[in-house]
Amino acid sequence: MAELNIDIAGLKLKNPVMTASGTFGYGAEFDDFYDISTLGGFVVKGTTLHPRQGNAYPRMAETPSGMLNAVGLQNGGVKYFADHIYPGLLKYNTHILVNVSGSTVEEYIACAELINELEHISGIELNISCPNVKEGGMAFGTSCPAAVAVVNAVRKVYDKHLMVKLSPNVTDIAEIARAVEASGADSISLINTILAMAIHAESRKPVLSTITGGLSGPAIKPIALRMVWQVYHAVKVPVVGMGGIMNATDAIEFFLAGSSAIQIGTANFIDPLVAKQIISGIDDYLERHKFNSIKDLIGCLQL
Amino acid sequence: MKKTVQNLQVISNRRLNKDHALLELKSDVILEGIVPGQFANILVDKTKNVFLRRPFSIYQVDYKCNTIFILVKNIGEGTKCLSNCRPGEILSVIFPLGRGFSMPEKKSKVLLVGGGVGIAPLLLLANILHDDHHLVEILIGARSTDDLVELNEYARFGTVHTTTEDGTHGTKGFVTNHALFGHDLITFDRIFTCGPESMMKAVARLARLNHVACEVSLENTMACGYGVCLCCVTETTKGHRCVCTDGPVFDIKQLKWQN
Repeated sequence: MAELNIDIAGLKLKNPVMTASGTFGYGAEFDDFYDISTLGGFVVKGTTLHPRQGNAYPRMAETPSGMLNAVGLQNGGVKYFADHIYPGLLKYNTHILVNVSGSTVEEYIACAELINELEHISGIELNISCPNVKEGGMAFGTSCPAAVAVVNAVRKVYDKHLMVKLSPNVTDIAEIARAVEASGADSISLINTILAMAIHAESRKPVLSTITGGLSGPAIKPIALRMVWQVYHAVKVPVVGMGGIMNATDAIEFFLAGSSAIQIGTANFIDPLVAKQIISGIDDYLERHKFNSIKDLIGCLQL
Repeated sequence: MKKTVQNLQVISNRRLNKDHALLELKSDVILEGIVPGQFANILVDKTKNVFLRRPFSIYQVDYKCNTIFILVKNIGEGTKCLSNCRPGEILSVIFPLGRGFSMPEKKSKVLLVGGGVGIAPLLLLANILHDDHHLVEILIGARSTDDLVELNEYARFGTVHTTTEDGTHGTKGFVTNHALFGHDLITFDRIFTCGPESMMKAVARLARLNHVACEVSLENTMACGYGVCLCCVTETTKGHRCVCTDGPVFDIKQLKWQN
């Protein structure tokens, strides 16, 4: 067996496979299927300072090799998370990150302060990239000054690992990545979903209640790989890659592009066991190609 | 039974009419306690045009043979692939999912109302209600006589009534035009219904007017089926709730269906 452990700026993962926010609930939904403590880590559902009902139905559209969602950060708020969800997370022996989103810098700060008190939470994944809320979210991730402001502010109040999740809906991903790194991010995860839409021709209506939504799944993998590769070359902090990873081969491609770890998103909807299978598939690949460690693969694209 | 993801073998695929098929799928894991109204999410991997699993009601369970039955109506590419699968093929199935119908505690007179392929969760329900000695009346609505399938199966567990929109079988009109929705509706202790939303809303309205308890089985588009994508929500008195985990069966009192 090859060495799968990896250190992401102090976050010591037993393997480089995490699951992505919004595709893994709060973990417990997978308890019937397998022991999720075998994961390198998981990122829980997008959490905001105040409870959010999310967007109206329909929130989902199946598209070629992917899907659109417009959930809109439905969650009970950070207080509800701390009081009711967090106690259930203590049983898991893996790194748990909370994905944090907000409409104002103040909301991000207040949310991060509360999460800072939760000992079993290893880090925050700062979501400056949600395309499905009217104000905030993606607005912070599509302009450098706004991204700098929110990352700086959260960095001041949050002591543990700060991962910043970037939006692909930008002209220059490297520029945003450098700004976020300079503001104190410990690591950068990307990509969030791509702003997109689906139309129902017969009724001449948009499929989603919000008209536009976020595209995920294999359809976005080539874009995600390109952006991970660009960011890997732009910054020194570790990069956590995601976007349409369905199997171990996809995951390997992300390591080659420069990811130190990966997140599995939409694939969790189709196969609840996929993350577990990807861990063993990565191990098989390393053995087959005689790599001692996953570290030997990161950014090793042969040019 | 815990939810599981399993490779089930197709034991048989019986074509019922031009667009309905009945699949029998065998599990290697001992089946136990599947609740009527629960569903299975089936992977269709024979076509690249279908990305997500397709949810189906669990139609019947044979605990002796360790098989489940799935009623498939051919409405798109995914259902077409499934209705054409052959014995021996393997399907990846996640089941049992969701919350099913609740069983009456005392001996009750119950009305099951199914519309179109919405009859699918009502066979197992009728079977269990019948075995528990409840008095079961079953009303099945369809567009035309050609759309009615498996009436004899339902008749094993209760009295079957039908309506068709074109009058080719049973009462002409919608299910709510049937005499069962007349004066005697109040004699029922509970109504269980599944079908098109407009039909369920009409049934729910009459149930509410007559103070008869009513449970409906909803079908919203979903990505996962186990409560993590949050796409299949319906509006309830407690806010948005997932149809896949809080439902698919809801008491009408939980839903915002007041009009």
